[in-house]
Amino acid sequence: MAALCQVRGLTRRFGGVTAVDALDFEIAQGEFVSLIGPNGAGKTTTFNLMSGLDRADSGEVLFDGRRIERLAAERIAALGVARTFQHGRVFGNLSVLDNVLIGAHTRLRATRPWAGPVAELALALWRPRSVREDYAARESEARAIVARFGDRLTPRLDHPAHSLSYANRRRLEIARALALKPRLLLLDEPTAGMNPTETAEMEALIGELKREGLTILLIEHKLDMVMRLSDRVYVLDDGKRIAAGPPDEVRNDPAVIEAYLGHSGVGRRPQAEAAE
Amino acid sequence: MNSFIDYTVNGLVIGNVYALLAVGLALIFGVANLINFAHGSVYTIGAYVGWAAITFLHTPLAVTILIVALACGALGAAIERVALRPLQGRARIAPLLATIGLSFVLDQLVQLIASPNPRALPVDLPDWRISIGGGSVGPMDILIAGVGLSSAALLYGFLRFTKLGYAVRATAQDRDAARQMGVNVDGVNSAVFAIASALGGVSGLLVGMYYNHIDPAMSFQATLKGVVAVVIGGVGNVPGAIVGSLLLGLTESYGIALFGTTYRNLFAFALLILFLVVLPNGLFGGRRAVEAEPMTGTFIAPSRALRVPPSVVAALAVGAFALPFALPAPYMLQVLTNSWLAGLLALSLTLVAGAAGQMSFGHAGLLAIGGYASALLATDYGVTPLVSVPVAGVVTSLLGTALVFPAFRLRGHYIAIATLAIGEIVSLVILNWESFTHGAMGVTGIPPLSALSYAVTSARAVYWLTLAALVAFALLQARLSSSHIGRTLRALRDDEIAARSHGVNVTRYKALAFGFAGFGAGVSGAISAHLFSYLNNQTFDSQLSLLAVTMAILGGMGNILGAVVGAVALVGLPEAFRFAAEYRILIYGVVLLALVRFRPQGLLGTV
Repeated sequence: MAALCQVRGLTRRFGGVTAVDALDFEIAQGEFVSLIGPNGAGKTTTFNLMSGLDRADSGEVLFDGRRIERLAAERIAALGVARTFQHGRVFGNLSVLDNVLIGAHTRLRATRPWAGPVAELALALWRPRSVREDYAARESEARAIVARFGDRLTPRLDHPAHSLSYANRRRLEIARALALKPRLLLLDEPTAGMNPTETAEMEALIGELKREGLTILLIEHKLDMVMRLSDRVYVLDDGKRIAAGPPDEVRNDPAVIEAYLGHSGVGRRPQAEAAE
Repeated sequence: MNSFIDYTVNGLVIGNVYALLAVGLALIFGVANLINFAHGSVYTIGAYVGWAAITFLHTPLAVTILIVALACGALGAAIERVALRPLQGRARIAPLLATIGLSFVLDQLVQLIASPNPRALPVDLPDWRISIGGGSVGPMDILIAGVGLSSAALLYGFLRFTKLGYAVRATAQDRDAARQMGVNVDGVNSAVFAIASALGGVSGLLVGMYYNHIDPAMSFQATLKGVVAVVIGGVGNVPGAIVGSLLLGLTESYGIALFGTTYRNLFAFALLILFLVVLPNGLFGGRRAVEAEPMTGTFIAPSRALRVPPSVVAALAVGAFALPFALPAPYMLQVLTNSWLAGLLALSLTLVAGAAGQMSFGHAGLLAIGGYASALLATDYGVTPLVSVPVAGVVTSLLGTALVFPAFRLRGHYIAIATLAIGEIVSLVILNWESFTHGAMGVTGIPPLSALSYAVTSARAVYWLTLAALVAFALLQARLSSSHIGRTLRALRDDEIAARSHGVNVTRYKALAFGFAGFGAGVSGAISAHLFSYLNNQTFDSQLSLLAVTMAILGGMGNILGAVVGAVALVGLPEAFRFAAEYRILIYGVVLLALVRFRPQGLLGTV
């Protein structure tokens, strides 16, 4: 299988700290890969570098054979890389439906760059039949995506996102990312702050996305879930890759156990860390 | 060479005065995270208190300074307690808007009490000058330098060695942590406002003495100069504010030497824009990046907009069109005509500030561009208003967007400051580009509106024309708001990072918003120019920009009908009740203060 996304020697320093240190990994088309590691290992920084929100000091990110590490975030999104955020960044004053529709922004015909801003404005104001059909198609897609979350979001389609519960905001983020019809989906701790029922529900949904063939890179602390879902797992510590391989291999790797236990291991249990 | 030294001395003296202002602004920004737009008002009040003390009590200079410091210190503490403390935890722009409201109130009070006319501020200082290498230094220069340096030293000692000084620095670094360590942060805020205002008041007194001239209009420029100095030094950085002030004073002084006095402010604001674009953290704020927080630049109070049924809106519009038949008095029609023109401005602002979240404090600059474009086309190039007005709209759209373009990457307070400066720059360029704009003379004899051979001059015709323009823009804007562009603007307002991550090119959409808004404002300015028949660089001033902000907030940010309601309420009502005309600015200030405090979502709710 050809790699859809390759990361080579990716490095990001903040002052004296090297948050991501010469990181290498790759994700094949249709593969489910997870990044795990203790807090501060550089997982979210890696996502920021891959999605164009931060600039790498060195190294490269190839997506579909093309270097993207210097591209603006919006260009990377337009290539088909969607992401969610660790702490949730929904558009608070937009309705649930509008939030999801922003996800479909790059696929609106009226926004195509060659049209030029003035033409885009004219189309939005005049709204000929083709634009109306485009709007309607995106909206029915958005409703279908929201429906995947059962009755969690559907009854709240018109509610402003700031009125949603924390778990629902996380769901909405994933719905918004799916509306981009991504070729690569980056999920940053999708179940953070969720109770066991909600986590199980989310795991089922992510499993479903995987079965549909979506390529997914997951950051997650809930290791049971990671082990069940992933084809391969990369383990990070201090910005460096310390282990890689299928879940069963990684689980028993002494370096991983050491990283999760901490170097002294005093008073900390791996389960406690994993449950964070 | 002689004059070089004189200009240098002058620059340093003025820089010292700016420093007294800017240090206060920096201190306040440090502890309260706020640019205090009422600071210039305190400065003006300081000058007037000093004038009153000298005139009525015949106080000697040292006593006068003491009285001014005490009075302004008390005023500062009162400002903090009454207007700002209740706003803790609100949107970061809320206290800033409150200080704008407060400055309206204080300035108008000064004007009502002391009359708007300038006054002389006589100084009893000996009449000698020391020559230094061809230039000379007088007692006034020495006094200002002395007060400046000794206040800086006192302030340094206070911040460095006293317990309260420690508390101030701790609060500036981390308010919550300071509170948890037992620092009375409200007390710290209060003390800082008192100190800052005492310095600001003394600064006003010294400037009044230096120029032997005080007037109530000096407030706004003082605030702006202080803000420029603070941005140059790095917002919130006290030593930076002093260096920034001296740099600003010297730049202005050399600018005057090279180009003349009317260029002075142009230099100040050009310096501000340069720093905002190139070095937004200032000279000394380099380490901390401009923070990227969502929802700081906006004033979007979570609320559900009041849903007014379209039939009601349509009925209101029809009623407005039919009004001239029921209301023959031309005066009332003129009042409403002004409201419709203000409504266009408010619509324009509510799009960029409300829907797109780019708080603009310089929107009157767009009116000026539109007004001058149409006026110059009609007078100097003989273009008929039928053509010149829409062309002015397009010119404003393009030029306005191009001017704001460098500020697109700024956030929060910075975009507000940048747009304020851009508005001032527009006015100053108009003042100085004499060969094209007629400079300070203004444009006279602008022809009335006309379509082909039909002149639109009667009160009724003008009323209908402006109302039609307003309704047309409101409909277009509603159409825009319901399109994917409206949604995209609201998304980037709420969270730029998330919007970019979903493929939104934020620069493109900000430009679209400013372009669309610029057209409406430009047309409003152009129509106004033909109605007034005369324009100068002060026809559309910063106060109008801030009034537009108040209108948009009153109606509800981003709310289209709200913008019209806000314009009618703030422009139409005070004029309709003539007795209130004298108190207009006072009313605006009180309305703004009350809104920010009690109904941030405005009358009709934010969208």
